Amino acid sequence: MEKVIEVRNLVKKFGSFVANDHLNFDVYQGEIFGFLGANGAGKTTAMRILCGLSSPTSGEVKVAGYDIYKETEKVKRNIGYMSQKFSLYEDLTIAENIRFFSGIYGISPKDRKAKQDILLRDLGVESSKDALIGSLPLGWKQKLAFSVAIFHDPKIVFLDEPTGGVDPITRRKFWDLIYEASDRGITVFVTTHYMDEAEYCNRVSIMNEGRIEALDTPENLKKQYAAKNMDEVFLKIARNTEAPPKPSPQGRA
Amino acid sequence: MKQFIGFLRKEFLHIFRDPRTMVIIFLLPIVQLLLFGKVINNDLQDSKIGILDQSHDNTTREITSKLLSSGYFLLGEELQAGDDVEDVFRKGKVKMIVTFGPEFEKSLERDGKADVQLLADASDPNTARILTNYASGIINDYVKKEKLQNIQLPNQINTEVRMLYNEGLKSVYMFVPGIMAMILMLISAMMTSISISREKELGTMEVLLASPLKPIQIILGKVTPYLLLSFINTLTIILLGVFVFGVPIKGSFIFLMAESFLFILMALSLGILISTVAPNQMVAMFISVLALMLPTILLSGFIFPIKNMPWPLQILSNVMPPRWFIVIIRNIMLKGTGILFVWKETLILMFMTFVFIALSIKNFKIRLE
Repeated sequence: MEKVIEVRNLVKKFGSFVANDHLNFDVYQGEIFGFLGANGAGKTTAMRILCGLSSPTSGEVKVAGYDIYKETEKVKRNIGYMSQKFSLYEDLTIAENIRFFSGIYGISPKDRKAKQDILLRDLGVESSKDALIGSLPLGWKQKLAFSVAIFHDPKIVFLDEPTGGVDPITRRKFWDLIYEASDRGITVFVTTHYMDEAEYCNRVSIMNEGRIEALDTPENLKKQYAAKNMDEVFLKIARNTEAPPKPSPQGRA
Repeated sequence: MKQFIGFLRKEFLHIFRDPRTMVIIFLLPIVQLLLFGKVINNDLQDSKIGILDQSHDNTTREITSKLLSSGYFLLGEELQAGDDVEDVFRKGKVKMIVTFGPEFEKSLERDGKADVQLLADASDPNTARILTNYASGIINDYVKKEKLQNIQLPNQINTEVRMLYNEGLKSVYMFVPGIMAMILMLISAMMTSISISREKELGTMEVLLASPLKPIQIILGKVTPYLLLSFINTLTIILLGVFVFGVPIKGSFIFLMAESFLFILMALSLGILISTVAPNQMVAMFISVLALMLPTILLSGFIFPIKNMPWPLQILSNVMPPRWFIVIIRNIMLKGTGILFVWKETLILMFMTFVFIALSIKNFKIRLE
């Protein structure tokens, strides 16, 4: 399988604080890759680097086959991004948002119209085409934001805690969209701290204090840590890293 | 280019859909100018005065009618000798009382000298000063022209005062450049900083930065609409100034527009700088009002003369961009001077623009780290 993300020895420091401590991982095409960790574990920092929003202190990173240092432009053409905050313009209509974002990615008006019709039909919002985003319920907004993020058929879509603040049913429906995208061959890179969502991923990595502590399929992780669910896996990893008071050779403050 | 037009379309939709923005951009300049030009008027018209005439001769009557027909004064109350002057002022009916001494005409003809007393209500010192100046001007003028024609006093020096560039001492001449500076600061700097920090607040800035758009394209896309709107506003204010208030444009119109353009660029780069510092719209607005609007009004020489300020404020006023712009505009509009006389101010504005852009780029890079 083709690797769409390759990360080798990625380090990101903010002053003396190490946010990402020698990260190594690969993500394969069409995969749903869960990026887990507590708040402040460094997952958002790593994701921002992968999206070209921030530059690493050292290490090698390739996204969609392009080097993020030298070919940032090409990386950006091949990714979609949905931020933590809900990210469409509230004072524009659905159609205007689609028009704007497809304009940025250079999609021709003809293609846009064809794809827009499909999108609206799939989400069942044809009649609300000219409704302002601000007037729609949160669940719709999130689905639309995701659909717009993959409107230009990126190789990878990055989702930064996309389901914050919605009820479990809406979350489940949102994941149906993620599966559809994955079936179309789009790689999904998602950060979350809902452990039930971790079960939906093909593979998950769990970060703690800037390091990746575990990386495998949810099944294997549960076996490895003799846990019933991902929640337990996560707690065990968090405890393990806290429990043994290793003498720190680096002498971190 | 198509990307850019798409971006502009989106920006204009934001502007046209937000009633507050629309009011600030299209209504505020006109309202401000009309307010400053018509209502907050330093020129005095129809001020009520009291007359206490103890002579009742031809000269005092003529002077009284000169005063009342000047357009500045209206007769509020005719007083009699022995009336309580303070009581009249306390009632607030009149702003000034003109008292003619007894035997006014006679002593003027006999000694070439007569007494007029001007009593003004100085609880409003500015008004009092202006009223007494106007009144003594009118009285002196009359006496000189009508009464002293045939009497040649030895060694008399006639001072003749002419107010150059603004003969009528119209305060609207001062307000038009000031309001232009204020409105351009408000729209260019404040609206730009708010509109950029709104994208940050909503999280759409991250989406834009993660897209193939370059940061410079994003900034240009955000700034261009306000550049256009500011330019339209400049034209509106100038047209209103010229056609409603009769402010002249003695210098080159193109030069005037070029200087306005420079000032708009300066304000836009200041707006960008503010948005790189402000995390959200509230902070952007706060910084804009506190750091831009108040100093523009108070420290730029727009309302209060810089020469009268205490020296720390005089020094501070040097870093207020509007201060220099107002000098330029007054020079071009009222005196008709060209670049030769305002090159220093122009260079200062260019330098400020450069500094703001450099600082913005530096801040922006730090943020991306």
